[in-house]
Amino acid sequence: MEYLIASGVGLMTAAGVYLILRRHTFPVILGLALLSYAVNLFIFASGRVVIGQPPILTKGAAGYTDPLTQALVLTAIVISFGMSAVIVMMALGAFLETGHDRIDTNDGKNDGEGTGD
Amino acid sequence: MSLALIAALPFLGALLPGLMIRAGRTTCALAAGSVTALALLMVGLHIPAVLRGEVIRTRIDWLPQLGLNANFMLDGLGLLFALLILGIGLLIILYARFYLSPADPMGQFYTFLLLFQGAMLGIVLSDNILLLLVFWELTSLSSFLLIGYWKHLPEGRRGARMALAVTGTGGLAMIAGVLILGNLAGSFDLSVILTQKEVIQASDWYLPALILILLGCFTKSAQFPFHFWLPQAMAAPTPVSAYLHSATMVKAGLFLMARLWPVMSGTPEWFYIVATTGLVTMLLGAVVALFKDDLKALLAYSTVSHLGLITMLLGFGTPGAAVVAVFHILNHAGFKAALFMCAGIVDHEVHSRDIRRLGGLRHLMPVTFAISTVAALSMAGIPPLNGFLSKEMMLDQATQTAWMGNPWLIAALATLGAMLSVAYAFRFIGHVFLGPVRNDHPHVPHDPGFGLWAAPAFLAVLVIVSGLMPMTLSGWLVATGAEAVTAGAAQVKIVHWHGFVTALWLSLGAIAGGFILARRYAPLNRIWLALPRPDATLFFNSGIARAFALAQGITGRLHDGSATRALAIAGVTMIAAGLWAFLGGSHSPGTRSLTPVEPLAPVGWLLLAGSTIGLVLVHRNRVLALVLVGVIGLIVSVTFVYLSAPDLALTQISVEVATVILMLLALNFLPKVTPPERLTRVARDAVIAGAAGLCAGGLILALMLRDFAFPGIAAYHIANSKTEGGGTNIVNVILVDFRGYDTFGEITVLGIAALVIYALTEAILKGGPANDRLLNWLPARGRAGDRHPMMFVIVTRLILPVALMVGVFIFLRGHNLPGGGFIAGLIVAIALLMQYMASGFAWAAARRSVDYHALIALGVLVAAGTGIGAWFNGRPFLTSDFGYVTLPPLETFELATAALFDAGVFLCVLGAVMLALASISRLAIRAGGTVNTRPFDIDPSQPEAR
Repeated sequence: MEYLIASGVGLMTAAGVYLILRRHTFPVILGLALLSYAVNLFIFASGRVVIGQPPILTKGAAGYTDPLTQALVLTAIVISFGMSAVIVMMALGAFLETGHDRIDTNDGKNDGEGTGD
Repeated sequence: MSLALIAALPFLGALLPGLMIRAGRTTCALAAGSVTALALLMVGLHIPAVLRGEVIRTRIDWLPQLGLNANFMLDGLGLLFALLILGIGLLIILYARFYLSPADPMGQFYTFLLLFQGAMLGIVLSDNILLLLVFWELTSLSSFLLIGYWKHLPEGRRGARMALAVTGTGGLAMIAGVLILGNLAGSFDLSVILTQKEVIQASDWYLPALILILLGCFTKSAQFPFHFWLPQAMAAPTPVSAYLHSATMVKAGLFLMARLWPVMSGTPEWFYIVATTGLVTMLLGAVVALFKDDLKALLAYSTVSHLGLITMLLGFGTPGAAVVAVFHILNHAGFKAALFMCAGIVDHEVHSRDIRRLGGLRHLMPVTFAISTVAALSMAGIPPLNGFLSKEMMLDQATQTAWMGNPWLIAALATLGAMLSVAYAFRFIGHVFLGPVRNDHPHVPHDPGFGLWAAPAFLAVLVIVSGLMPMTLSGWLVATGAEAVTAGAAQVKIVHWHGFVTALWLSLGAIAGGFILARRYAPLNRIWLALPRPDATLFFNSGIARAFALAQGITGRLHDGSATRALAIAGVTMIAAGLWAFLGGSHSPGTRSLTPVEPLAPVGWLLLAGSTIGLVLVHRNRVLALVLVGVIGLIVSVTFVYLSAPDLALTQISVEVATVILMLLALNFLPKVTPPERLTRVARDAVIAGAAGLCAGGLILALMLRDFAFPGIAAYHIANSKTEGGGTNIVNVILVDFRGYDTFGEITVLGIAALVIYALTEAILKGGPANDRLLNWLPARGRAGDRHPMMFVIVTRLILPVALMVGVFIFLRGHNLPGGGFIAGLIVAIALLMQYMASGFAWAAARRSVDYHALIALGVLVAAGTGIGAWFNGRPFLTSDFGYVTLPPLETFELATAALFDAGVFLCVLGAVMLALASISRLAIRAGGTVNTRPFDIDPSQPEAR
């Protein structure tokens, strides 16, 4: 199980980093979303993974998983929504303002691609 | 409490002038003056106690863990400086009232002045050396404001910047020195440090601490080679020059040297660094002062010279020299402040302070002439004025001190310095006031009104009286001050006649020599002008320019406007730093047993891996990419359920819905396809991303395979969730109770994020190119013919009450079972969003009676109110309480204040999500043009539709 989770976190991190290094806003937004998943799962897993022991006090429970990382991640999920929303709005505003969605202000100077759209 | 109050008074009073300026300039000056007078009075009340040898103390714990406490003390040295700061401050306030022109913002001036006064007072009253540092930096900042007071003058801004750069850099060095000193002494309290002389001087760290602290003192007190900022600071209004750059701020360095004299002095290091620097500064300042044509520059360099003199005396390290130093601090403050004010009067009346354009003013401005002459003669050390007394005592000390075994070197150089001092003092009198009467002044001068000359005249009277009766007027103050510096080792005896001692002959020789120099000024000046004169300002400016170019080079290389490049650099740095830290540490092998894999898990993993890889491959097709992101989010939610985190799963899945809707709304406007990029870039980024993925995955794997290095705090939360928080859902209890303060911060941040989105929308819709683009928006091809399909509308409306009920249910059970305010807020938000999507924005908005801004505010207020409620029970903020209530027909249920807090969370989350999405919808309305007012585009109940 641990290997599955670790490889999942690794894959999502890699994909997230790759996407935030793109030169247009939308992939960067997706990359940030992916990074949020990866980071949340990372923090969650740092409490060590347990199956079938939710942190709800019940009589006769065999044990409980770490509730602290869950509390951390719960707020992190909601905050990352707020962050995504702000970034989406900034991307939208920038696109409407300038007519393109490139994020580098020096575009075309040292990265041969030229205009993006 | 009294001392802390005195130190705080100018800061509190600094508000007054800014307000009182509306009532007129005189009222404004009176307000500033009464604050200063009150502080002076309060200090004055302590004089008898201090003279009895007591040390007044006030102790307030601030950050005791760091040794930083608001501890104040008032001893003889502090008293002398406090009286100087407040007394001269009062005179300056009077002088400035008449000096500043009506065009100058006077309220601002007095506010800055009082801020400076408070900072200065704080320095001399501090018992804690860290507190002293805080005030020290405050003087640098407030003096920056004062020097640059005439913002329209480029030289004013330049001077302010230079002063801040030099004194600020010295201050940084001093912080390091003071920290070393405090660690050596084992306390940051001066009263403790001052008793630790042997420990400190025996330590290997003594010399570094000494050099670092002296850097702070020398920069502040304009000692060579840091003297150059002081003449540049003369671009300030003259009251500032008189106050900061002669009487007080430049004395802060001297003060600190005197303050630390008992522990730092007496070593060869101290003698050679301090005394030599002082001697060089004294000579250099005096030579330059003689040849300056600008009145204020002359006085500035003479101040540098006199500061050097005092530094040298402190450097001698003998109690006798320390007494003279203290005495001269007092004398210099008096005559130099008077001289600056006179220079200001001349400038004010003649509209020039260039000595070459002045001369013969004695008939035109007799009062100013009289005051200036008294002050300048005191500066020259002419008997019986007070300057003579301290100068003769200084020469006496110089004759008793040998430099590198050479017994006459210091005495000879000190006499030379004194001679030059006489020469520039005579030049000040002779070239400005004496000589033939001229009629080519830029402005026909006359003596100013009483208000302007009252302050310098008062000082001139003091100069005369303290010269005639030194023991009566200033002897007691010098005695108590010197006693504090030398810990009682000094004998203070100030008399005019010591007999025919060497110092008397030196003093007389200096006067005679200085007189000759002043008479022979013209040929000397020609020689001076022909000599090469290295200008420290140039070195400073080129240094600054070089530092600036270096910083620009680094910034330009790291951050050339390419965000992707900056991100790539940041990513690589983070990976490298992480690897370095990881590989540099030691690791025990992973001993934790693996969690068994059930058959379902690999299926989920395959879906996740497939979607992630697929997303990277097809990300250029944006709609498809968004679908894949949704799939990944779902699998993450499922993972949470599987790994015993039902709350997280519920949150993740509801956030997922909101996020996808948000991105779809955005994608409506953004291009649907991302253009391709060069293969080299793709390869480079793939390498970085791969490394990042390997590192993150490897790190979490390493974590999961090992047990906690320290026992976690989870056990505490599990044990106390029910008994202390009254809930069985531990995660929810942590959120609303144990870590309620964090949650409070988080919902506030979420609310702010939503407001930012709203503000961005407003900015776009206000006008400008973005708005134009929206108005000219052409809808994308393939728009659906029926925007509001009937079946969708009907189902969402039927579902709404059910969805709301689910929200309430999730909220209420949250304390004991998975759920709570966050999740309930998201569920209700989604239920409402469905209405927007199905029936249209205008239709839904018309039926909305609550403002989303108000919901956010209400949520934060409810949460805060719950927290504040705990105060009324005498408990700290956000302490929760709960109890069980039985209402007959119902089961026993629980009432917890945490539930009220959770209600605040619910409202804030609901408001924030709705506001964010509704804002983006407003863009769509601006672009779409047509807005529905009815729920259906095609309404089957209307006859025309059939």
